[in-house]
Amino acid sequence: MNYLIGAFKPSCNISITFADGKSRKQVPIKKENGQTVMVPLFQSQENISGKISIEPLQGKKVEHNGVKIELLGQIEMYFDRGNFYDFTSLVRELDVPGEIYERKTFPFEFSTVEMPYETYNGVNVRLRYVLKVTISRGYGGSIVEYQDFVVRNYTPPPEINNSIKMEVGIEDCLHIEFEYNKSKYHLKDVIIGKIYFLLVRIKIKNMDLEIRRRESTGSGANTHVETETLAKFELMDGAPVRGESIPIRLFLSPYELTPTHRNINNKFSVKYYLNLVLVDEEDRRYFKQQEITVYRLPETS
Amino acid sequence: MVERAEDEEKWLAAGIAGLQQNAFYMHRALDSNNLRDALKYSAQMLSELRTSRLSPHKYYELYMRAFDELRKLEMFFKEEARRGCSIIDLYELVQHAGNILPRLYLLCTVGSVYIKSKEAPAKDVLKDLVEMCRGIQHPVRGLFLRSYLSQVSRDKLPDIGSEYEGDADTVVDAVEFLLQNFTEMNKLWVRMQHQGPAREKEKREKERSELRDLVGKNLHVLGQLEGVDLDMYKETVLPRVLEQVVNCKDEIAQFYLMDCIIQVFPDEYHLQTLETLLGACPQLQPSVDIKTVLSQLMERLSNYAASSAEVLPEFLQVEAFSKLSNAIWKVIEAQVDMPIFGAVTLYSSLLTFTLHVHPDRLDYVDQVLGACVTKLSSAGKLEDSKSTKQIVALLSAPLEKYNDIVTVLKLSNYPRVMEYLDNRTNKVMAIVIIQSIMKNKTCIATAEKVEALFELIKGLIKDLDGDLHDELDDEDFKEEQNSVARLIQMLYSDDPDEMLQIICAVRKHFLTGGPQRLPYTIPPLVFSSLKLIRKLQGQDENVVGEEASASPKKIFQLLNQVIY
Repeated sequence: MNYLIGAFKPSCNISITFADGKSRKQVPIKKENGQTVMVPLFQSQENISGKISIEPLQGKKVEHNGVKIELLGQIEMYFDRGNFYDFTSLVRELDVPGEIYERKTFPFEFSTVEMPYETYNGVNVRLRYVLKVTISRGYGGSIVEYQDFVVRNYTPPPEINNSIKMEVGIEDCLHIEFEYNKSKYHLKDVIIGKIYFLLVRIKIKNMDLEIRRRESTGSGANTHVETETLAKFELMDGAPVRGESIPIRLFLSPYELTPTHRNINNKFSVKYYLNLVLVDEEDRRYFKQQEITVYRLPETS
Repeated sequence: MVERAEDEEKWLAAGIAGLQQNAFYMHRALDSNNLRDALKYSAQMLSELRTSRLSPHKYYELYMRAFDELRKLEMFFKEEARRGCSIIDLYELVQHAGNILPRLYLLCTVGSVYIKSKEAPAKDVLKDLVEMCRGIQHPVRGLFLRSYLSQVSRDKLPDIGSEYEGDADTVVDAVEFLLQNFTEMNKLWVRMQHQGPAREKEKREKERSELRDLVGKNLHVLGQLEGVDLDMYKETVLPRVLEQVVNCKDEIAQFYLMDCIIQVFPDEYHLQTLETLLGACPQLQPSVDIKTVLSQLMERLSNYAASSAEVLPEFLQVEAFSKLSNAIWKVIEAQVDMPIFGAVTLYSSLLTFTLHVHPDRLDYVDQVLGACVTKLSSAGKLEDSKSTKQIVALLSAPLEKYNDIVTVLKLSNYPRVMEYLDNRTNKVMAIVIIQSIMKNKTCIATAEKVEALFELIKGLIKDLDGDLHDELDDEDFKEEQNSVARLIQMLYSDDPDEMLQIICAVRKHFLTGGPQRLPYTIPPLVFSSLKLIRKLQGQDENVVGEEASASPKKIFQLLNQVIY
């Protein structure tokens, strides 16, 4: 789609194709207009190369002051709409000023691109990668074409991955010991653990394990925190007694998790928490929240 | 209360409606091979079982419908597996369900298909399922879920000779699975006792009673495993089951489960583990009706003994009698408040057992009667009819077994037991004794035995303390005395001297009977005497006139005294 600066009818078609477009994996993203499109998937340090095709429409010719393609990595804060912060900006000049009167194709290449942050679409913040083609024109307004792509980065399994084991309670009311087998989980992992009841003096109705995502954007006085409960998984139905041990087996794949993002470019963080919730007969909630690290494991083919 | 029942009907109807509606959509999904929707609607359907509003009886109705629907789902899963869908993936997929109860029902259903597919050893899947079910801590819901697990796994246990048998010793895994499911189910079942307000205790106990077979079923299945031989039973099954029975400290569970154990496992196992089984009895709650349990056990063992003479040596080998009588003694000692009726019932069962297993051991029989006397002595003369009836039963048993009063007369404690009967029952028993003699045509041939016999039937012979004449019906009195009269024929010896002794003894006793009785009792005595006289007269005059010897003259003397 052409973005026009100035209310002129589109004068040309710009198409961006990737060199390995046929073989590269595609993933869906939701555009601003609500539509879902498939775009190619890259990881950091990959080469991003392809072709730009500019085709003038209706026999018109396009006079321009130069054609360039940029690879941008952007962070956009929603409360600061329209304010994009480019943390990565690479440019390739494709053409010197001149005229395009018939379909012209320009190859482009960005080699070993550093894309340290993953694509992220959150509540208050978005991190995206985009190729932007600009045909510069003075008076007529530049013609711009965007092509989104997604970046995902992989982490090998951590060398140290301790379990989380803790005893918590309320004096004379409820003492439990919970255990999660790891502190770092990958996106398709399983949380395995158990809840052991040391003391039960309240009438418990049931117990859930929630996965919560906390997205914090901005800093200092301007910090916004959005917490979302992504999963509510029932662990126990009914009232246990002292000595009962309730197993946990929670598969992460059904849920829309992302890896943990810590202080991305000093702009935002995305953290995940396991929230163990016990509800008693009077609907009082007792909970214990515990942070976990989520990471993306390389996919085995 | 009526309100509640109506409400429950409403909720049940709503539950069934919800279930049926989701089942409808589930079927549609099954028909169009839509796995995703099948899982979605089956989970929704199963959510009806999350209700807390139904009593166990009504919950069962809902459960049965869900059960039927899950069979169709299981068939679908089987088809899917055949068509190449990964059963392991399916096993994971159903675990994505957010609510635990539907999740676990689905897991058990897939688990069943998983085991059948043999892609994993049966023991691993069973272990996982019985573990994961711990998430349901609500008693009724948990009991039904585990019952479901039990039902779908029933034919897939890695028993010896089954197609699911893995490497050696997998029957151990089958046993472990069943024991774990049993233990958890019993815990849930016991927990029901303490839920809810104190005033609803009776209702709760009724509900518990409705659910007991769900728990007991596990023991049935255990009992039917080929691999549970005597060793396995002795080393593993019985100790583990008893551990749970004792530790649960619940009267209802203990009574039911002890009875279950006795009924479900073979009698020879009970014989060989008698010590262990009996050892658990004193550890049970004092309020448990242990006498009924022990009586059941003894009844079974009695029948076992009666079934074949070949098993009798086993009884001796394990010293069954002494173990049982010790156990009973211990129980009676421990339960100070046990009513007499209970104690007598116990001894009655023991007596029956003894008569079946050791009929030749009169000393054992007498021992049992003696123990009974000891207990009765602490109570004094009995008033309640239940107890007296039970004593009559106790005393009748040897009569029926031996069909010979002479044998019974050898039991020194027999008359002592009779002491504790009230006068009326005493007479009843005396009649029973006489009837037994008449039926078996037992001849009582010595004066000594006659004395012993008359001691037993003294209630008929004379007025006992506290007897009131107008208590007795004329008809009854006539019957009684006629019985006594008929008895005389059976008191007979070929030896004239002995016969004279007999007649003297009888005469002595009859004379204490009082004017009402004599018209009945004396005539037969006279006839007996005359018979003797005739007999003597028919003999040679070679009979030497010894002092003690019978002579017609002596007899006539006696008779004269009697008639006047």
